[in-house]
Amino acid sequence: MPDPIIERVIQVIVKTQHMEADTVKPESTFEEMKIDSLDGLQILFALEEEFNVSIPDEAAKQLRSVADIANGIKALLAEQSAPAEA
Amino acid sequence: MKRVAITGLGIVSAIGSSREAFWTALKAGACGIRPIESVDSTSLRGKRGAEVFGFDARDHFDAKEIDTIDPFGLYALKAAAEAIEDSGVVLTPDLKERTAIVTGCGMGGKVTEDQGFRDLYADHKPRFHPYTIPRAMTSAATSQISMRFGFTGPSLTVSTACSSANHALGQALWMVRSGAAEMAIAGGSEAPFSLGVLKAWEGMRVMAPDTCRPFSKDRLGLVLGAGAGMLILEPWERAQARGAKIYAELAGCGMTADAHHLTMPSQNGAARAMAIALADAGLSREEVGYINAHGTGTQANDSTEARAIREVFGVPPPVSSTKSMHGHAMGAAGALEATATALALYHGVLPPTANFTTPDPECDLDVIPNESRVCKVGAALSNSFAFGGLNAVLAFRAVG
Repeated sequence: MPDPIIERVIQVIVKTQHMEADTVKPESTFEEMKIDSLDGLQILFALEEEFNVSIPDEAAKQLRSVADIANGIKALLAEQSAPAEA
Repeated sequence: MKRVAITGLGIVSAIGSSREAFWTALKAGACGIRPIESVDSTSLRGKRGAEVFGFDARDHFDAKEIDTIDPFGLYALKAAAEAIEDSGVVLTPDLKERTAIVTGCGMGGKVTEDQGFRDLYADHKPRFHPYTIPRAMTSAATSQISMRFGFTGPSLTVSTACSSANHALGQALWMVRSGAAEMAIAGGSEAPFSLGVLKAWEGMRVMAPDTCRPFSKDRLGLVLGAGAGMLILEPWERAQARGAKIYAELAGCGMTADAHHLTMPSQNGAARAMAIALADAGLSREEVGYINAHGTGTQANDSTEARAIREVFGVPPPVSSTKSMHGHAMGAAGALEATATALALYHGVLPPTANFTTPDPECDLDVIPNESRVCKVGAALSNSFAFGGLNAVLAFRAVG
């Protein structure tokens, strides 16, 4: 069964970059997809909207692939849902 | 010093988005002022504008380009492409390295900014779209033209409100004349149709609710327009040597400041700009057979401009305001009007002042009312006088 977070990340990339749906795979890298730094900003913006998260600048610089993004999103969502420490 | 030829023209406007469509409409006195469509005009007192006509970005740009470029940049790119193609110039690596780009823009990407501010202040979204800055920066059109065609010469944007394009064309003229550039693509673009911009202009109380009637006694103000005009400027001898079609000579430019008032024009500043343009072009006032006026349709501009023209010319030549047709496209205005003037000289037809009903003794000029006039003239001026008192007048000489 496909990972729903990965599926949503792929949808964001496909939509913002006007790409064909089947050209973006979980293992695709930004380099392979010819996504430059300006494209990356739009993807980050759309991901923040899609998942209602705030992606820190330092974390954003580390992202190189669909899998990187999905893992980062999962971590941010886990942080959000974790109970606050006393 | 080199003479400078205009060898290519490109247009996006309310009366057509090609050189041919623009000229056909100008000759016919066709008015491009219509009910505003791209913005909900419910809350606006003036509900009419001169939005671009015959331009669909999807016909010229892919989806990614439309994402990253504000409408004012798209208009500029489309006009630039048309002008370059029209010129027939071969873009060699050496020429691309020595081509200047000088664009005028009064406001920058306000459609983009307005959307961002609505997201932030009205919809309380936590983030701005990341393309806001590169879309909205006033110099975006120059950068886009440079990247699209690979021009790597001196490139800049001039922003002097409603005189922006005339200042840009004047700057480009002097660069080609002096040899600082071997060719220039110059003009202006503007895309002011956002609710924020329209409400801001409403606050100035200079907007006509009906239409634009320059120099007519019943004129009620200006009508905002959108669009772009781009012109190719080349040294005369090079243009002739390659057998280029030459529309006209861009012969001179006069720039002045009023040092007077933020919104009230000054007769002295306007008159001096015209006189300096004539001197820069080496033209006598008797040689000038047509003036494309600033002619906004406001009470203050048109009467002041008429007095300034009388001061310079004594017996003025025919004058028209083509803003009556393509609206006041602010940072693009001078480029649309330089194109109209070059085409008027080339075809020997003077475009009219449309929507004219009643002569005004305060504007005692032959304004070519409503119908174009077949008239071969040797030289012409095109006036731009901006809010804040920044003036630029271009002088043109007919071929032959």
